Amino acid sequence: MTVAVEFHSVSRHFGPIRAVDGVDLAIEEGSFFAMLGPSGSGKTTCLRLISGFEKPSSGTIRIFGEDVSDTPPNRRNVNTVFQDYALFPHMNVRDNVAYGLMVKGMRRTERLAQAEEMLALVKLEGYGDRKPAQLSGGQRQRVALARALVNRPRVLLLDEPLGALDLKLREAMQDELKALQIRLGLTFVFVTHDQHEALSMADRLAVFNEGKIAQIGTPQEIYDRPRTRFVADFVGSSNVLPPALTRALGGPEAWSSLRPEAVRLVGAGPVTGTVTALRYLGSGTRVMLDTDDGTGIAALVPAGQPLPEEGARVALAFDPAALHVMEGAP
Amino acid sequence: MRSDRGPLSLRLAAIGGLLFLHLPILLIFLYAFTTEEKSYQFPPPGLTTKWFGVALWERPDIWPPLLLSLKVAAISTALALILGTLAAAAMSRARFFGRDQVTLLILLPIALPGVITGMSLRSAFGILDIPFSTWTIVLGHATFCIVIVYNNAVARLRRLSGGILEASADLGANGFQTFRHVLLPNMGSALLAGGMLAFALSFDEVIVTTFTAGQQSTLPIWMLNELVRPRQRPVTNVVAVVVFCATFVPILAAFYLTRGGSETAGSGK
Repeated sequence: MTVAVEFHSVSRHFGPIRAVDGVDLAIEEGSFFAMLGPSGSGKTTCLRLISGFEKPSSGTIRIFGEDVSDTPPNRRNVNTVFQDYALFPHMNVRDNVAYGLMVKGMRRTERLAQAEEMLALVKLEGYGDRKPAQLSGGQRQRVALARALVNRPRVLLLDEPLGALDLKLREAMQDELKALQIRLGLTFVFVTHDQHEALSMADRLAVFNEGKIAQIGTPQEIYDRPRTRFVADFVGSSNVLPPALTRALGGPEAWSSLRPEAVRLVGAGPVTGTVTALRYLGSGTRVMLDTDDGTGIAALVPAGQPLPEEGARVALAFDPAALHVMEGAP
Repeated sequence: MRSDRGPLSLRLAAIGGLLFLHLPILLIFLYAFTTEEKSYQFPPPGLTTKWFGVALWERPDIWPPLLLSLKVAAISTALALILGTLAAAAMSRARFFGRDQVTLLILLPIALPGVITGMSLRSAFGILDIPFSTWTIVLGHATFCIVIVYNNAVARLRRLSGGILEASADLGANGFQTFRHVLLPNMGSALLAGGMLAFALSFDEVIVTTFTAGQQSTLPIWMLNELVRPRQRPVTNVVAVVVFCATFVPILAAFYLTRGGSETAGSGK
């Protein structure tokens, strides 16, 4: 395998703020890599380190093996789809898409032909003469994508590109982006704070917290075996169980996580609790309960199964394989 | 029924105020055509267009001040466009200690009374032994022309989404290409408007000029001197009408260029 982007103990500090703090990562060529984390966790700064708009305070960044510490953004073979699209308001869509080719000195007829081709790829044929202001949010997003792709970057960076779209459009674009990435065989680095988006689209993802990578792995690894309480909590609204409760449920005395869908409610068992709230989700119902030692636990009861009433006493049962003991306690 | 009109008294007051402000301009026009040359008699005893001919053919003293004014305005505007734009670009990008104070210093010349600017410049020229010339006038005018351009440029830069400059670099453009293809087209109308306003302001400036001109006469100063003479007074009005028309067009153009403009502003969102 070829490593497309490599971080070697990269830090970026803004005064006392450690936006990115000692990050190591390797992104494989042709993969869809997601950077997931809450706002302020350092994921966007990492993306800007790859694009070159930020310089590392320490550490080295390599793009296809080449140290890019002193390479300005315009000389890196990576392109970005910006969060607010950043289309050029004074140019029509075709000129926007052809911009990268124009500044490289490509002849007008040739670059406009390539721009049209790219517009067709993102299903915007016939929109070339419009101004960005005349497009919808979803269409602008596609123009931004075409404008980046026309340069045939070796790595495409996407900074929360779907954040401004409504749910339906966002899901459609997720499928399209994924399909496009597979078709072009490009390396995509995708920044998002939406865990569903990251889990469903990425081949591998890094979960960021306070400038550090909390965990890096495939979506399944991260969802099933979160390494820290932060990851368990952020990636899947998982139940985080303190050591005493883990032990009471038959595990070792350590912090552990338990997916809501693995919890069943039964009549009697070693751990009991009181139902505090019911939340109807359509495909099931989320039952919130407090165990007798005061830990809040969520159980996902699939649609069609009997539901307890609020205030009822229930016992917990679960598949022992679903109980995941975490290495990093805090 | 929706009432989007103010009460009658307010409307009358507003109309009265506008008339009070603008009727004198019509009087200037009127007296350019009067047959009476010694005093401004109202109503004029008769109307004639002969003063336009007099101004054009018989008064060579009009031309040097007019040329000087045009030259000063052109140089001041050019200077202001360069320095004002650079200052605006620096201030909108950089975050540094004392930034607000520097902004205040840039804006100060337009808030300061012209007499103060004029006096301070005059004494500075005196101390440094700089003889009065076109350039001393230009220097005085550039102080406030820069502010006009700066204000226009800063307002436009603020509305531009900063992302498009990064997008340009991301797509492979170097600094010059970004300036040429992205920044300039988006700043152009603001700079044009600022330049026109600066030109108009410089063209009719009197106060600072009286302190920095020495023996030279710009057009406004020539007019001021002309008014106290008893002969051919309407010629001054003819010049005033021409100056009015010449400055009104750029100001009007500047107004339309900077109005609205949401389509030239930020993208996205």
